Parts: sequence; structure tokens; C-alpha cells
Amino acid sequence: MAKLFNDDVRTQITEILAQTKNPIQLVLFTKEGVCPTCQETQQLLEEVCETNEKLTLSVKSIETDKALADTYGVTMTPSFVILDSKGVYKGVKFNGIPAGHEINSLISALLEMSGLTIHYQEQVLNRINSIEKPINIKVFVTLSCPHCAGAVQNAHRLAMLNPNIEAEMIEAQTFQELSTKHNVSGVPKIVINDQHELVGNQPIEAFLEKIERI
Amino acid sequence: MFDLSFNTTQQSTLFDTTDRWDLLIIGGGPAGLNAALYAQRKGLKVGLIAKDIGGQLHNTTDVDNYLGFQRLEGKTLSNQFLNHVKALDVPIKSDVFVTQITPQKALFSLQLSNGKTLFSKTIIIATGSKPRKLNIPGEETFSNRGVSYCTTCDAPFFKDKHVIVSGGGNSAAEAVLDLSYWAKHITVVHRSRWRADKLLLDKISNLPNVTIHLETQIINVDGDEMMRGVHVLDKNTQSTRFIHAEGLFIEIGTIPMSDLVTGFVQLNANHEIVVDAMQMSSIPGLFAAGDVSHQPFKQIIIAAAEGAKAALAVTQYINQKTKESY
Repeated sequence: MAKLFNDDVRTQITEILAQTKNPIQLVLFTKEGVCPTCQETQQLLEEVCETNEKLTLSVKSIETDKALADTYGVTMTPSFVILDSKGVYKGVKFNGIPAGHEINSLISALLEMSGLTIHYQEQVLNRINSIEKPINIKVFVTLSCPHCAGAVQNAHRLAMLNPNIEAEMIEAQTFQELSTKHNVSGVPKIVINDQHELVGNQPIEAFLEKIERI
Repeated sequence: MFDLSFNTTQQSTLFDTTDRWDLLIIGGGPAGLNAALYAQRKGLKVGLIAKDIGGQLHNTTDVDNYLGFQRLEGKTLSNQFLNHVKALDVPIKSDVFVTQITPQKALFSLQLSNGKTLFSKTIIIATGSKPRKLNIPGEETFSNRGVSYCTTCDAPFFKDKHVIVSGGGNSAAEAVLDLSYWAKHITVVHRSRWRADKLLLDKISNLPNVTIHLETQIINVDGDEMMRGVHVLDKNTQSTRFIHAEGLFIEIGTIPMSDLVTGFVQLNANHEIVVDAMQMSSIPGLFAAGDVSHQPFKQIIIAAAEGAKAALAVTQYINQKTKESY
């Protein structure tokens, strides 16, 4: 099968992922039969994991491994989660293939989940730590959107820093039904707990202001 | 298929060890990156602070008017710019933004969003510009419910739909060409005449699914949950009518991001920083380059050239000041 990464991209990704600190695992859920982008997503993650031995991929079926999918709240395919070095799910999820500009949010999530420090001001970290309600953040993206990866990165960082927060990238074209349900016609669109909306690549403070008002 | 622009490395840069600079450049578009390139080659102690590397180049699908490069994607050009600058080891800080600039006696102080303060002998403002809004009723309400300012981001949502493009410059013409792959029909509404390049207009005239209304002004955006269309005024007949459409892409130019220096630097009526032939603003030591400066043509090659000019002028300025015993 032809590779997704050309030599140039593979070299760059290998160089960046050389900063991976601790071993981490990706768990991908796919489905037999009709599953647009399942195969491509699996191939992408395989090629990413080939660049660094600290990254491993485990491929599961949303049907036969339903109990595990339920543990991570996975309901769609393709969907994958990134577990930390202890195998703990910290709420970092991708629905759909993180190609195009989203390769950047994937790399960022891998490095930071592996233990690279997330640099936020102490005041911001304190605000993140004080969130006690369960929060779900959906970030709708298109792969041609240059501003979207930043929004996904912020959402995933919130999830990594607070166990009450879960954050998921949603590739809008693959999951059109969900996008229509949330009236997505422009990206990035951020939907918190399925009802509170933010539009655009917002700074972390904007996420916090919205969450604190819930 | 992959638009790698990952820029967060854990490698320490000069930003970790010093707070005193010859030159700090604010902005990571063509002007800022080229200024960094020239200043580094001159041996200045230079750093670049930019949240968004590439700037508006990322919103451009194809660049076809940068000398030496034919039909290049905006993001490819921006990555080439960045790689060139990185190859020279210019320190880049992209996890903070500048919140305040204060001119002091011989230095400028820059407050950063992480609470730190930096000091520099000179500054180049290359913060660029952001999309201009129509400022009409309904625009805000239906923002991202049909109204969009980013064609490359949002075009896929308008597959087989009718969309309106507002504007008459090159950005509007390029939006029409981008959308023609997705939309069923595109209606251009512009309050005056076309200003776009003939080459682009020729391409548009070959498209079967484009209607053009010039001398026509959009009055408001209407809809319920989502946008349903716009009311327009035909300036020749003074008649108004409703155009049904699911999307409105606003490409009517940009507004300069000069907020950081508003109040102490001379701006023109458009809020652009007024600069002299050396790219220096009304404050000695503070330079501006690219879309934020008051030059009239907002082009990639002009922004890059202004960046180069500004960096060379900074070098001369610092040398002069050193002679006068800095």
C-alpha cells in the first residue's frame, strides 16, 4: 500500500516526535463494512507510531470491543483516544482522521500526553484545576482549516490538566449528521456540554470563561 | 494531505536566557519572517514573537503572483518562509503574545501574556491585519451560521448550496474560484466595480455557475436558526430585493492590527501605522512593515520587502545610535 507520508513529512514528524518523553498508547476504534476514513485513519496512526518506538497503536472494533469503547465514551468510527504512560484515559479523543492541518493537533497531543510540560501561566493553571463539573468539549474542524488545530490543542490541554474535562476533535465532513445537529457551517466551532458555543480559535481564557459560567 | 506547521519545540532559545534584545519583531507573516531573516544575517540579537506563523498566507489557497513561484499554495509558501528563517536559528516565541509596548528612554519594554517583560533597542511591528466586516444587521448573529470569513476553512460546508461572495478584490475573486468546486451556485455582490486582477476575472467568466451583481450593496443578513439570504440594494435602480442563499463569504479587505501602538504612534485614518521611507514610525526605534503599515497595496511580496527594508533600517539605526554612544 502506498504510504500516506512522503519522505519529507516523515522526516519532519520523526524529528518532532523525538521529543516524546514516556511511552504512550493510542487506541483506535474502527468498524467492519461502511466506515469512511477508518482505513486511512488506521494507516495514518500506524505510520505515526512507526516513527517512534515509544508510541504504540492498538486497533479495536467498536462492535466486538464495545465494553472498552464504552469505557472511553467512543460512539463513532473512526475514533481514537490517547492514553497516558500509565494507560489512563485522560479525555483526549479524535473523531475522524487528523490529516491536513490537524496533523499538528495530533502531534501536540502525543507529545504532551507523553509528559512534555504544558506551558500555561500559574493563574490559568489554577483556573483549570478549579473546574469541578463534568465538561465535554467538542471542537468541529475541517482539514483545510489553518485555525482549527490551535482550538483542538487548547481543548485537549484542558482535558489533560483536569480529569473532569473531556475534549474531542470532530472532523465535520466525516460526521455530517453531528455537525448538522450542532449547526456547524464554520470552523473551528467549539461546543461545550452540547449547548454552549464558542466560534473561532479562542485563547484558553475564552474556554475558561465559558466553562466557568456553566 | 498533511499541512505540518508544528512549531512548539522544547529546545531552549535565546528567549529563555535573555530579556535584552537589539530587535524584537512582532508578527509571523511574510513581513515579520523576512525582517527576522535580514536582521539575523546582519548579526543583530533578534527574536520573533508570533502566535500565528504564516499570517494571512494560511487563508490563501493559491499564490500566483510571488515572483519566482508559480501556482504555489499559500501554506507551502509560508512553510518555506518559516523553514528559511529556522535554518538561520532565529529564536521564535509562539506561545505568548505581546500585551503592551512602552517606549522608555533608550529601550522599549514589552509586556508578554505570560507576565514576563522584555526590553529591546528597536521593534518592528508586523502584526498584519484581520478580515474587515460589513457591519450590517444579522452579520454577527449568523456568523458561522452561514456567514464566513475563511473560504479555505468553510467551503466544504456549502457543497451543492447557493452562496454569496461579498467583495470585488483579488481575495473575493479567489473565494469565488475556491467555492466553485463545492457550491451549486455563487452570486457575487459588490458595492462598486471589480478591482481584482484580469487573470482571475477571466477564470471566473469561464465558470458556468456564477452570477455577478456589481454596484449592489448588502443591507442585512436574514434567517432563523441558520442564514437564509441577504437583502440587497441595487445602487443604480435604488430597488431592494432578497437573494436566497445558505452562505455568505465576506472578502472585503482587511483592517490593520495596530492596537498595540494606538495612542502613542501616528496612525492614518485607516488605523495603519504611518512610516517613513525607512519603515520607521513616528516613534524613533519603532518600525512597521507589511499590512499594518500605511502602504496602499496589501501583497505578500510587498509585505516581505517591507520586512527586509525595516530590518536593514533597524541595523543602520542601531549603528548610528551606537556611534552616538548608546
